[in-house]
Amino acid sequence: MLQAFGHLPFEWILFAVLAVAGFIAFYAGRMALAAAPVTGGEMGRLHSQPNYHGFFVVMCTIIPAALVFLGYWLIGDNFVRDQLAGELPARIVEGGQLQLSQYIDRLSDYATRRETILTGDALFDAASNRFAQLTGQVRLMTVFLALVVAGGGFHFGRRRINREFRARTFVERGINFLLFLCAAIAIFTTIGVVLSLVFETIRFFTIEGGPTVTGFLFGTDWNAQTGANFGMLPLFFGTLMIAMLAMCVAAPIGLFSAIYLSEYASPRVRTWVKPLLELLAGIPTVVYGFFAATIIAPLVRSGAQWVNALPLVPDNFLAAQPTSALAAGLVMGVMIVPFVSSLSDDVINAVPQTLRDGALAMGATKSETIKQIVMPAALPGVIAALLLAVSRAIGETMIVVMAAGGRALITPDPTSDLTTVTYQIVALLTGDTEFDSAKTISAFALGFVLFGVTLVFNLIALRVVQKYREKYD
Amino acid sequence: MTDAQPPKSTSPFGSEAAIARLKDRHAAERRFKLYGQLAIGIALSALFVLAYSIISNAAPAFTKHEIVFHLTLDAETVAPNGVEDTQATASNISGFYSLIQDDLRETFPEAATERQLRRELYALVTRLAVLDIARETAETPALIGTTKRFTAPLSDDLDLYLKGGITARRTLTVGQAGRLSVLESGLYSLSDSGPDGFPEFKAKIETDTAADSSVLIRLQDAWFRLEAHSGAMLTLTHLAGALPQLGEQQSAEISALVLFVAQANRAVSDRQIAWAILLQEKGRIRRKQNFDLLTKADSTYPELAGAAAAIVGSIFTMLITAFFAIPVGILAAVYLEEFAPKNRLTNMIEVNINNLAAVPSIIFGLLGAAVFLNFFGMPRSVPLVGGLVLGLLVLPTVIIASRAALKSVPPSIRTAALGLGASKTQAVFHHTLPLAAPGIMTGAIIAMARALGETAPLLLIGMVAFVNEVPTGPDQESTALPVLIYKWFSGAERAWEPMTSAVIVILLVFLILMNLVAVLVRRRFERRW
Repeated sequence: MLQAFGHLPFEWILFAVLAVAGFIAFYAGRMALAAAPVTGGEMGRLHSQPNYHGFFVVMCTIIPAALVFLGYWLIGDNFVRDQLAGELPARIVEGGQLQLSQYIDRLSDYATRRETILTGDALFDAASNRFAQLTGQVRLMTVFLALVVAGGGFHFGRRRINREFRARTFVERGINFLLFLCAAIAIFTTIGVVLSLVFETIRFFTIEGGPTVTGFLFGTDWNAQTGANFGMLPLFFGTLMIAMLAMCVAAPIGLFSAIYLSEYASPRVRTWVKPLLELLAGIPTVVYGFFAATIIAPLVRSGAQWVNALPLVPDNFLAAQPTSALAAGLVMGVMIVPFVSSLSDDVINAVPQTLRDGALAMGATKSETIKQIVMPAALPGVIAALLLAVSRAIGETMIVVMAAGGRALITPDPTSDLTTVTYQIVALLTGDTEFDSAKTISAFALGFVLFGVTLVFNLIALRVVQKYREKYD
Repeated sequence: MTDAQPPKSTSPFGSEAAIARLKDRHAAERRFKLYGQLAIGIALSALFVLAYSIISNAAPAFTKHEIVFHLTLDAETVAPNGVEDTQATASNISGFYSLIQDDLRETFPEAATERQLRRELYALVTRLAVLDIARETAETPALIGTTKRFTAPLSDDLDLYLKGGITARRTLTVGQAGRLSVLESGLYSLSDSGPDGFPEFKAKIETDTAADSSVLIRLQDAWFRLEAHSGAMLTLTHLAGALPQLGEQQSAEISALVLFVAQANRAVSDRQIAWAILLQEKGRIRRKQNFDLLTKADSTYPELAGAAAAIVGSIFTMLITAFFAIPVGILAAVYLEEFAPKNRLTNMIEVNINNLAAVPSIIFGLLGAAVFLNFFGMPRSVPLVGGLVLGLLVLPTVIIASRAALKSVPPSIRTAALGLGASKTQAVFHHTLPLAAPGIMTGAIIAMARALGETAPLLLIGMVAFVNEVPTGPDQESTALPVLIYKWFSGAERAWEPMTSAVIVILLVFLILMNLVAVLVRRRFERRW
């Protein structure tokens, strides 16, 4: 019976228990109100509607039970594992912590899949049986405890109900707290990102075979897949090179489109062109990557070969690789265009019309007004837009994974297959990942650097945008 | 002499120099405007080139060729363990494949003699292609012992060839056949019916084709390869099809097929091409709509692969994402917009959200790998984890869109509700939120569309695993559409390229549908205050 309980999909049981308890509590709360004697002034008028009393009892019942389940979810599994580890024979426990946990992983896997066929390994079968049994015990205890606290809460809540009870206030406080929790998830996410990156990065620098911090940041040799060369300078060079190429495309096209759309285009043109431009932003990056690799990269290559064949150009002047930084950069630039254009469009539109009118009245042409009045006024915002675009280009993954290369080089030649930070993260973490080799963890160190760099760009840009908004508001 | 000097003008444009300057300024104005038009032109043409190249690339993958077989399912070969053991029948690939091999050998006896030739012939149909036939037979055991018509997909490279890929080609007329005779070396020689020895054909061959192009010669039902054309004779190797009678050919027409890519550089041999053409003429190879793309799961063979598993995986992932990100995002937006006191903490949350929206997506993949996989020990490659990671990724987007929608509801609504005695919570949930709902829904759908196209985080939590079965729940191993695109893109065979484009088209169709719904919601329900 206990084993069977260890096999069931426990999450659903928890959910069912909570749902049933909630239902009962709701109607019990309403009934308690109906049964409450009419007392007090104002002819016994209710403070809160009956439903609020119901919800109050639901809150009192469910929250303690949910906390118990949360506790189980956090520590239950570890409890079972520790208990089982204590009972296992010495020869398995002596194998070391990692081996032990892998063994229990297999046990757990086997027990939850509820294989009826025995493996033949008597110890393993017995242990997995015991695992299911222990899990069942812990779960049974959890449900029991949850029912007890739910009952207590239920009793407490129902006792408080009478016609003057301010149920609504309590319920609304609960709702308010729930809303706060939802908003705080954003903070928890950031904390989660930072903690996971920081911890793994620290592990990376202390693990055997890991590099020193300066060796990592300023080393020029990257060979994580096979050797132990973790110098990320070439990756950073490739990232910046591709981002720069992308910005060479995106900045002029994006800016001029924004200027044209906000200053010259008729409303009709604007209503058609703007959504079309924004379509570019809605295309998944993997599609851009495919386009870059199958259409643009061969073009770049044959272009480079043509340049190589020109007279006066030395042999193999350009690398002309089948995948190249230039192909990735060009396509990434196209991807970022709507980003630059819509952000700068907002900024340009925010410049007060009076400034333009003044310049035009002085006899300036439209382009002179834009160049000498509007753009200087919009400059901080435009710079912020460009910074956000750079941060986007630095963090872009799929295009470089598909269209740039894997070779860690430092060369000014854009037709060679430079690699990037994001490319290496994907290369290191795709496939079977063990979280205990320097190779895998180096991806987190790379991620940490990437996160830090983009964070700086983003914060500066956001700050500028905010300041700028206040200036004209 | 009169005073011929022009009167001094007071206009700023009185002098030549001033007019020239004005001209320059107007030219600069036109140039500037042109730059803007150019920029928009470049961006839009990039969009059209992208769309055109993907769609034209995908077009071949929407049809595929299959071979028709009439197989006699004799019990010995098909169900060696007995008819009752349906499981054994369903997985009896070698038995069913041997039926196909026999059939092919019977159709082309010229290949039966040599091992190498047989292998080339059998390559027309992939071994695993019989799986469907085996399953069908296992389901209806009554079929065993009867003869039934089956179809099996043609091998991917030949399929591509028949669709016009693999090699450029041209058909030529050679002339009329004279005598066909066999040489000592096993080659054949063919003479012109006239005395000239195909002068036009030879001239064309000399000028147009490279030395290593293949020239296939068709004489009645047989295909030959041209080895040499010395004097009045063509020296030929027999490739495929029934040999005509040796001797006089009564001026039968000869045609030629020139394949410009050398045999060594392509995945299909001259012989296989000849066989495929013969089968096509017999009506045994036909082209049909490729619904497998939507109904089959992934495979290592392009002709057997489909995107069904990825579509279902994507749907599960999106469900999890939606169930997580949309309620949490809306509630968070309600808090920040309606309830949050102005203090340090809420200010921090706000900066945080804006910043999270700009964090590279791959960082969320690292978060998923470190927290969900490593710390919580959740399984790899499952939509549950993928959905949560994508949920965290789009949460800021949902929050920002919801806040904008809430902001656009005029304060008079709130004050009216409060004035009638509603509590703040009631005012928000009964009045503000329903009025903001269309805007919130639009934002949520667009956020979901973004999540649907996201690839990098899913790669890091292992959703690139090879999954050849359609997942049945969000806790099953599966993959997602964008990841499938990446995977097929990395495949070595040429046939993956159109397949990849086809999946891109499917993904884009989903995205367009979602955006359309968003636009419709906005059009239908939006209120201007």
